Amino acid sequence: MDFSLGERTEAFRAEVRAFLDEHLTADVIERMHASGTFNDKDFNGALAEAGLLAGAVPGYGDRDPIELYVLFNELEKAGAPYDGLAVTMLVAGVIHAVGTDFHHTEVLERLLTGQFNCCLGYSEPDHGSDVAAITTKAVRDGSEWVIDGQKMWTTMAHEADWVILLTRTNPDVPKHKGLTMFLVPMDLSGIEVQPVPTMASERTNATFYDGVRVGDEWRLGEVDGGWAVMGVALAYERGVMGGTNPAVPLLRHVRDWAAEVPSPDGGTMLDDPLLRERLARTAMANQVSQLLTLRAAWIAATGGLPGLEGSMAKLYATERYQQAVGWFQQMAGAEGLLSFGVDGAAANGWIDYDGRHSPVVTIYGGTTEINRNNVAERHLGLPRAH
Amino acid sequence: MDLNLTEDQETIREVFAAFFDGETGPVRARSAEPLGFDAAGWERLLETGAPGMGVAEAVGGGGASLADLAVVATEAGARIAPLPLVDHMVTARLLASLADPSACDDDVLAGSTIVGLAVRPATSGIARTVPNGAVAHRVVALDGDQLVIDQHIDLPLDAHLANHGCLPLAHRDLAEAAVLAVGPEAVAAHTQAVDEWRTLTAATLVGMAREALVLGVDYVKEREQFGRPVGSFQAVQHLLADLPGLIDGAHLLTAKAAWAGDRASAGIPGTLDVEANDVTDFPALAAMALVAAGEAAALATDRSLHVHGGYGFSEEYDIQLYYRRARALAFVLDDPARECRRLAGMFLATGDGRPPSSDHHDSPPANPETGSY
Repeated sequence: MDFSLGERTEAFRAEVRAFLDEHLTADVIERMHASGTFNDKDFNGALAEAGLLAGAVPGYGDRDPIELYVLFNELEKAGAPYDGLAVTMLVAGVIHAVGTDFHHTEVLERLLTGQFNCCLGYSEPDHGSDVAAITTKAVRDGSEWVIDGQKMWTTMAHEADWVILLTRTNPDVPKHKGLTMFLVPMDLSGIEVQPVPTMASERTNATFYDGVRVGDEWRLGEVDGGWAVMGVALAYERGVMGGTNPAVPLLRHVRDWAAEVPSPDGGTMLDDPLLRERLARTAMANQVSQLLTLRAAWIAATGGLPGLEGSMAKLYATERYQQAVGWFQQMAGAEGLLSFGVDGAAANGWIDYDGRHSPVVTIYGGTTEINRNNVAERHLGLPRAH
Repeated sequence: MDLNLTEDQETIREVFAAFFDGETGPVRARSAEPLGFDAAGWERLLETGAPGMGVAEAVGGGGASLADLAVVATEAGARIAPLPLVDHMVTARLLASLADPSACDDDVLAGSTIVGLAVRPATSGIARTVPNGAVAHRVVALDGDQLVIDQHIDLPLDAHLANHGCLPLAHRDLAEAAVLAVGPEAVAAHTQAVDEWRTLTAATLVGMAREALVLGVDYVKEREQFGRPVGSFQAVQHLLADLPGLIDGAHLLTAKAAWAGDRASAGIPGTLDVEANDVTDFPALAAMALVAAGEAAALATDRSLHVHGGYGFSEEYDIQLYYRRARALAFVLDDPARECRRLAGMFLATGDGRPPSSDHHDSPPANPETGSY
């Protein structure tokens, strides 16, 4: 095995780091947390101008999946706003894989400027993990489709230009076989976006579709072939495009905090043996998370489909992150409960931020339970569960 | 970036998987209890050349890399081979690395003289709980700032310390030991050997964890309750579904540690920047690998034993052999918590001393000397 990145990837990483040094300012980060929108068009536009965005589309251009991983891993480790970008680039990858020339011209090329965004319209109020059971319907009317229904957790919908929308086009066949995917412009009449505040600083949305008329040219993939399009999207989503190294900035914040805060036992908190042990365990878990993610990227780079390996990376990384957040918030005591901008907040509020954010990571992008089912059935070969 | 074994390593893996499967395996581990040594198996192992394979060719060895040896160790771990191979290989490499490598003689290279390593420094002239101390003819230890090797002892030694994991532990008295090196050379050689021991022991634990999972999965597919396989119950499935990522993660980390060790031996410096999650430093990775693999083996054997129900607790089933050895091997060097604090010491100064890493909270750290993750 060879764990070196190679000259080309290393040069790419240096480019990304140099970009972050210049463009990831305190203002960008503050704006992200103040607005709850983890997407910054100026920042994304600068990425595009620097020539880094085309490399962020899975399967597109001359960047391989390891470079895609490097880009998102560097953004995540640095604490940059990348959630919206990851979703947008994920959709770009799906368009690249299954889209038409029309989709390329109308959407993909614009996404690569960094000035446009997409959101994911899969989940519904009554259908989350069992996403194939969704009921938002699309009915053909001549050369158009009429869409009615509601989606949940459409994060970034309030900034998005298109939603990739999973609809039911045939209710009379098994649930996986009657689904069709559309790219729907968000400015069509009949679409309404309502904010859904969360216990963390990020906001999400519910979106409503009331008699939305969209041309057939906006269909992505075959009629009743939406599940296959979902398969492409999920393979990109799990693992490679960020989300497995959130404990890297956490470790940095905790270390900085601990170096400044006196310990009741003498010295600073950085002298506390338990804190030191836990920082080391976090550093170890960060390495393991990175290697599991890198494996998924490497499998994709060598022509495989890393769905299961992505599930394993997500399972490991998210639970370790939650464990670390729990440790450090407890060790920070009352100051660990204080938010951004509050006098005395541990790590200037970052520990509280992670405490509020961390519950969602084992839910979104495929719950821990769904990922365990995947691993149990498809990797361990256990019978379908009761 | 290449996460496949090399062609040579694939061959090594196949040869040793077949060897440990046919020649040792859980049946032998059972019959070798309580000492934890299969003398006949060791005799057959000598024919493979394994004992000297990790020693540099210039000193008469096989010239295998640490990464190659990790492949062998994982297969040995998967079959819980009751053979002191890791300890012997590491100690032979240590002897061969000294300014005067003559202690790595033909008998050590062949394995007819078994050598072992006191992984913890000696206290009051005694090397305590040496991992293969009950079956090694000669043991190397760090006594103060002296690296010493004790005199050849005929086996069997009746000083075995009975233990839960049936490891061939023994204390060794160093009163008659000969000095191999003194001062910085002695300390550096011992430190390097213990890091290699950490890496190869991690590889062994990865093998144990991998096989423990197989045992558990096979069992729950066969065992029926309530009219269906217990492996069809989600509560059982989810106990097992956490393990592949944990085990594969420990495996990747161990392979990376071995890779870093080989690079360090070739004079390529490593990086230890946990704030950017860039770690190619061998001692840090060796510590991480041992902790991660110990944790993976502990959880895999625990969950696998649990899903066996009462049979897992009985001597009849093999999973208990793995359960006991996984713990023994992970703890014989030190408490993993102390291992973590030692690791923290590598990347944190005590009482700090350096300013916080950033002037604004999330500025990326300065780009260090890099080259890999």
